[in-house]
Amino acid sequence: MADSFSINEKMSGRRKFLVAATSVAGGIAGAAIATPFLLSMMPSERAKAAGAPVEVDISKLEPGMLLMVEWRGRVVWVLNRTPEMLESLVKVEGELADPNSEKNQQPEYARNRTRSIKPEILVTEGVCTHLGCSPVFRKDIAPADLGPDWQGGFFCPCHGSKFDLAGRVYKNVPAPTNMVVPPHMYMSDSRLLIGSESEGSA
Amino acid sequence: MKKITIAILILCMAPFSIFAAESGIALERAPVDITDNASLKRGAESFVNYCLTCHGASYMRYNRHRDIGYTNEEILDKLVFTGQKVGDLMESAMRKKEAEEWFGVVPPDLSVIARSRGADWLYTYLKAFYRDDSTATGWNNLVFDRAAMPHVLYQLQGEQKLVVKKTDKGEEKGLSLEKNGELNSSDYDKFVADLVNYLVYLGEPHANARKKLGVEVMIFLLGMLILSYALKKEYWKDIH
Amino acid sequence: MSNLFNSMIEWIDKRFPLTSNWKAHLSEYYAPKNFNFWYFFGSLALLVLVNQLLTGIFLTMNYKPDASQAFASVEYIMRDVDYGWLIRYMHSTGASMFFVVVYLHMFRGMMYGSYRKPRELLWIIGMAIFFVLMSLAFTGYILPWGQMSYWGAQVIVSMFGAIPVIGDTLQQWLLGDFTLSDAALNRFFAYHVVTLPLILLVLVFVHILALHETGSNNPDGIEIKDNKNPQTGIPVDGIPFHPYYTVKDIVGVVVFLFVFCGIIFFAPEMGGYFLEYNNFIPANTLQTPDHIAPVWYFTPYYSMLRAVTVNFLGIDAKLWGVILMAGSVVIFCFLPWLDRSPVKSIRYKGPLFKTALALFVVSFFVLGWLGTKSPTPMYTLLAQIFTVIYFAFFILMPWYSKIDKTKPEPKRLKE
Repeated sequence: MADSFSINEKMSGRRKFLVAATSVAGGIAGAAIATPFLLSMMPSERAKAAGAPVEVDISKLEPGMLLMVEWRGRVVWVLNRTPEMLESLVKVEGELADPNSEKNQQPEYARNRTRSIKPEILVTEGVCTHLGCSPVFRKDIAPADLGPDWQGGFFCPCHGSKFDLAGRVYKNVPAPTNMVVPPHMYMSDSRLLIGSESEGSA
Repeated sequence: MKKITIAILILCMAPFSIFAAESGIALERAPVDITDNASLKRGAESFVNYCLTCHGASYMRYNRHRDIGYTNEEILDKLVFTGQKVGDLMESAMRKKEAEEWFGVVPPDLSVIARSRGADWLYTYLKAFYRDDSTATGWNNLVFDRAAMPHVLYQLQGEQKLVVKKTDKGEEKGLSLEKNGELNSSDYDKFVADLVNYLVYLGEPHANARKKLGVEVMIFLLGMLILSYALKKEYWKDIH
Repeated sequence: MSNLFNSMIEWIDKRFPLTSNWKAHLSEYYAPKNFNFWYFFGSLALLVLVNQLLTGIFLTMNYKPDASQAFASVEYIMRDVDYGWLIRYMHSTGASMFFVVVYLHMFRGMMYGSYRKPRELLWIIGMAIFFVLMSLAFTGYILPWGQMSYWGAQVIVSMFGAIPVIGDTLQQWLLGDFTLSDAALNRFFAYHVVTLPLILLVLVFVHILALHETGSNNPDGIEIKDNKNPQTGIPVDGIPFHPYYTVKDIVGVVVFLFVFCGIIFFAPEMGGYFLEYNNFIPANTLQTPDHIAPVWYFTPYYSMLRAVTVNFLGIDAKLWGVILMAGSVVIFCFLPWLDRSPVKSIRYKGPLFKTALALFVVSFFVLGWLGTKSPTPMYTLLAQIFTVIYFAFFILMPWYSKIDKTKPEPKRLKE
């Protein structure tokens, strides 16, 4: 049986060459046919259009308030942090796994303590980096269930992961990394564009 | 035996065409060339100005017009008037319910109109409106009797009148221009040609890519044919 | 490397009959050495089957079997899905090409007497495949929910209403509604993508098993197994299917792909025959198109359906039409017993059979052509005449095949 599968010793050189060449050409054809089928499973034009950048008006976002925006079918949070909230970011730094945002979970312009372009405005995907649940915004300080050290942040009800008010993950929780900051930019003081870093692609 | 084979092959490949001519008059041949981006762009701009108010092209996305050489900025600037986004579908601005009240029917979606009607029909249709006081719109059409659509392009074409000639074979219908429009007749023909060309593109936006890929596939198959035939010959040397 | 390969095969062989099956069905399956052009269509049908399954699976990923979304979802596939147009055209062209190769495959059997003993069951399994294929084509054609999908299905389903007594109830049961609607679309989708393909796969498997039991027929219509080499037990005129017919079939596949790809890339509508123009209009339940015709592969039967215009023998014309249409396909199953000729192949059959077969082919084409036309009195008369010829081919066969002047069959295959 093995003989009829493979090129064997008794075959003439011409026959060996033709079998090999046809096999290679057949392999190329197979790969070429597979390509469009595999590509057809990528996000379609409709999905891309639905995933287009979203414009948000933040002029009415009071300090301390959280706005939820849908982008690419996921929730994106826009949080206007109060000065107290910003202070809390410093206090909790000792308990965080990656306080300086060294892992690539944010664009370069958000690799800072507040993980934002404007210090008070946090833009982050509201998706837990553990298994994709959406954490709950808990701005109450030292509540009974989260303990006396809680300075306000995000708590994931699925598996108990904790994040601070800049979406940075605490140590010793299931989530491995800080929450993802999506690409975003300010088109004016109060107009935020989520999903793009340049106006042309709006 | 050979003869039967050949006869059947010929029968199988006999050229077909089943566009039934619905009306008495012959259709004019539309000068379609979907590789002519300049014409397609003119057609696209006429389409959004004159057609998209009532008709939708709701399977087509604006940003697909990158195919015919627009950039996203140009699309937003020249094709999108209703505040939609560049990735949106070309929906009509008119509500279906209102349209039905005004015209009696919902204006059909035009995304694949060129595939159901054919380019020649559309080309002739857009040139065959004439004044007819007996209809609700005041317009009638030689290839589509009592079409619900009024002559949207009359400012460009002007007004035509029906001329019926009596010949030996019966009546022969024709049209004559009564009032001039903004365009002279050859410019109007070009305008309609661009529009129809665009509708053909709209029906199958990937058509150019399809043909291009087809040529590549055929070239590959030719190589494959030579190779596999040589392989077959080589093996069949054994058989006496 | 080859040692590793051999020991791997050995490992498998102790657990699964790989080598023995490979031998039984390929490297030591002996096929007559004189296969001609007509013998490509079996393997090509298999190729098209694979094409339909593969493209079909990918189409279901984006198609919506919902009356309000079906038409749009097809255009979505054509425009918004990457290479969706290619997958859809491969499927729509594949549907028509399936019938092309299967018709040619069947005609080959009719010419060379492949339905004769000992291949009667093989032929009947093949006919079962053909019925399933027709059902698949019909249920698939409904899915785009265009005007032709809707009204074509309306006509076919109404045929069941012609059956006496239970007709109306049966029709409602089939549709799951009092009219053709979303309910029918949804269940026809289920048949098209699950039920029928499963049955088809089983039947194709059984068809090949039966073929490999009897061995292939050939253009001379004589049994190569009657003349075996006494030492080896191998038919003298047989050659191993692999590699000889595998390399030959590859050439056939490439030539077929020229035609197939030519249509997909340069004429996917095939002049309105593979994709009908009116099917680019979404289904409108209130308005029948001016001209409706089934897709080309059904037009011969459609002509026969329309050919009966008078009631006779106490049965009304509508029911007669349905009986004739069903009969025109079922009658193929009786071919093995209708043919009384002493020889199998057309090469040794006499002028009567050759004339009869030629008339049958002509009637099939004429009926097919008439099925695309709107009926006029002239066309209806033509359809009636050719329907009679079509059936006469079968019904008179026991008589003309018996009295025909045949030539003697050779003992060995001719080159």
